[in-house]
Amino acid sequence: MSEFEIKKSGVEYDAVIVGSGAGGGMTGYVLANAGLKVLMLEAGAYFDPRIDSQQLKWPWESPRRGAGTTRHFGDFDAAYGGWELEGEPYTQKNNSEFAWFRSRMLGGRTNHWGRISLRMGPDDFKPKDGLTDPWPITYQELKPFYDRVDRMIGLYGTVEGIESEPDGIFMTPPKPRLNELFIKKAAQKVGVTVIPGRGSVLTEALKDNKDRGQCFYCGQCGRSCKVYADFSSSSCLVIPAVKTGNLTVITNAMVREVLTDKSGKATGVSYVNTKDMQEYQVKGKTIILGASACESARLLLNSKSAAHPDGLANSSGIVGKYLHDSTGASMSGYLPQLVDRKRYNEDGAGSIHIYSPWWLDNKKLDFPRGYHIEYGGGLSMPGYGFGWGIEGMNGSIPGRDGKMKEAGGYGAGLKDDYRRFYGTEVGMAGRGTAIARESNYCEIDPNVVDKYGIPVLRFNYKWAPEEVKQAKHMQETFKEIMHAMGAIASEPPGAETSYGLEAPGKIIHEVGTVRMGDDPKKSALNRWCQAHDCKNLFVVDAAPFVQQGDKNATWTILALSMRTAEYILAQKKNLNIS
Amino acid sequence: MNRRDSLKALGLTAISAGVVLEACKPGKEPEVVAKGADGEAQPGRQEFEVERDKKLNSWKFFTEHEMATITLLADIIIPKDDKSGSASDAKVPDFIEFIVKDMPGHQTPMRGGLKWLDLQCLNRYQKTFKDASSTQQIEMVDDIAYPKKVKPGMQQGVAFFSLMRDLTASGFFTTEIGIKDLGYVGNVPNRWEGVPADVLKQYGMEGV
Repeated sequence: MSEFEIKKSGVEYDAVIVGSGAGGGMTGYVLANAGLKVLMLEAGAYFDPRIDSQQLKWPWESPRRGAGTTRHFGDFDAAYGGWELEGEPYTQKNNSEFAWFRSRMLGGRTNHWGRISLRMGPDDFKPKDGLTDPWPITYQELKPFYDRVDRMIGLYGTVEGIESEPDGIFMTPPKPRLNELFIKKAAQKVGVTVIPGRGSVLTEALKDNKDRGQCFYCGQCGRSCKVYADFSSSSCLVIPAVKTGNLTVITNAMVREVLTDKSGKATGVSYVNTKDMQEYQVKGKTIILGASACESARLLLNSKSAAHPDGLANSSGIVGKYLHDSTGASMSGYLPQLVDRKRYNEDGAGSIHIYSPWWLDNKKLDFPRGYHIEYGGGLSMPGYGFGWGIEGMNGSIPGRDGKMKEAGGYGAGLKDDYRRFYGTEVGMAGRGTAIARESNYCEIDPNVVDKYGIPVLRFNYKWAPEEVKQAKHMQETFKEIMHAMGAIASEPPGAETSYGLEAPGKIIHEVGTVRMGDDPKKSALNRWCQAHDCKNLFVVDAAPFVQQGDKNATWTILALSMRTAEYILAQKKNLNIS
Repeated sequence: MNRRDSLKALGLTAISAGVVLEACKPGKEPEVVAKGADGEAQPGRQEFEVERDKKLNSWKFFTEHEMATITLLADIIIPKDDKSGSASDAKVPDFIEFIVKDMPGHQTPMRGGLKWLDLQCLNRYQKTFKDASSTQQIEMVDDIAYPKKVKPGMQQGVAFFSLMRDLTASGFFTTEIGIKDLGYVGNVPNRWEGVPADVLKQYGMEGV
């Protein structure tokens, strides 16, 4: 057998899904449960939280004490991957600083995410300010799917009746921790709304589900959950779908391109096995991309043929454009009144206990749209970084004897300071709407390939005054809240750092690269996330988003992909697609 | 699955701090299983991570003299007191040896800082830090332990000592000894029902 032979499978699946994250997982789940024979290709390793989660490990079980040397969010975090992957580069254009986070594993980035599960609101779909294009669908059209995702997967929260922050079907939220009560009181004092968090963590038993356990409050959702009490696509969608007998998963399968026939119809995909580097082709009647917003755009752009000379689904030239991440800025400090606080188990749930949905009227502001604020702090598990920079704290408040101490130091007095300050920290992070712009995009770098020989993405992304002003406003709000609760916090960063605005991609909410719309000249997908140019090709990740609100993307990906999957079933039934 | 079944699935019949997940035996082997130094499977670890740790543990960065100095400094920073043991009781020097290999950015500040310290001591006492008397050692440390009252020429020493203090604190409070000292009582299945009533009352947070 020649080393370079491409292995072609004779089987034609009803559907081939690329990617096993929220969108791929949901689509696979719906189609497999409907009886379709489905093949799912995942670029990374197999991962089952029940077996592979690092949950309940102690810091000393990691030689680096949980530091993020090989995993950005720490040694126990569930992401196999990060912003940089060995042998899988990406490049930048015009001094762009886009950072692209990839998790190469079953379930993708849903294994480690914050489980913050927010619906987008009516104005997020159909903006009233005219600044960005409307989605082809309304909130009301997606609402039934959000409702079903709520019931099927489960999340906690409270009914608040805020129009821009639509309510769901909620379980009881966890009560605030002590530090969060201080934050809540202070935020309300300065006019910032604070409501219970909304997280896809089972605080109650999930009706009609025997596979998923209830939260036992270790606060470690980022490690993924051994009893499946939080939402990961691996545990909640893909593994259950495999049990139907209708879904086959191939891991370590990095998809190279979508194959099409002379008429331009998709016929399958080619992939490289990342372990043995052999090439494979598989056939499918319907091809579904859920590889992540940027990876799906890359795949389409790399799938050139006579019928699709500019890349698949790209006759509009829109694929890769309108890339946008959430904005992000943060501040941390500590509460001197909590020094020497009583100890008790305050781990709580691993998603947010409280947050601030956007609370202001843009007519009175110098920037459009808004942001929400996530809060944290408390008696958390120590890890690498614990006690770091004590000299910035222990000289600023009186010691046990009532006298001020010199900052820094050593010995028994210093050892006692670590105890005294433990659990006093507070942190807040803003996550806001970044404007989707045609000028922010990813494209194929004409000169560079990855270790599999696949041409890589090149990013061109610049923040504009809209986002910078929003970050400035975030910092001002943080400072006000910190001040109102008597916290000691560092001065907010200034204009020279764009007010601490994180580089695009750092918030890991990137969306918009294969956007949907009714006009085939201005969009790649129709209102069902079906390619205008290729009827048996669908995209189910965050690539179809026209404009993201200040709501984390996952819940919308789940609702949208459920809707798309059911449309695929209906189209197959009506013989509109085979 | 209700909460009791969840805990059963974890292998826990009662809520207790000692019980962890050894009882949660995998039903089937995952496709990719990383092997540790001892050949044991390590679920949830990537092969490259296991290999990397093995490599880091296969050599030593610090010399014996450097390790002795680190041990002295660590115990000056976190000594034994009536609540818990010292930094060296908690094997902080071993952690520092590992972490500088794991994060090479710490290597030059640590090695150079130790050398800086020895030269200071040689000039002052004609002895390295390790061989100086304990009075001399403390006299030296007093010059570099307080960033806000640093004397001219001592800034590099302050930077080194601050790093040493940070590494010692992180290394100590992430061990069993340190976590017990700190009073962290989490990382165990429980039911979170909010801040205890006496704590709410202490801070006047009952109505919030």
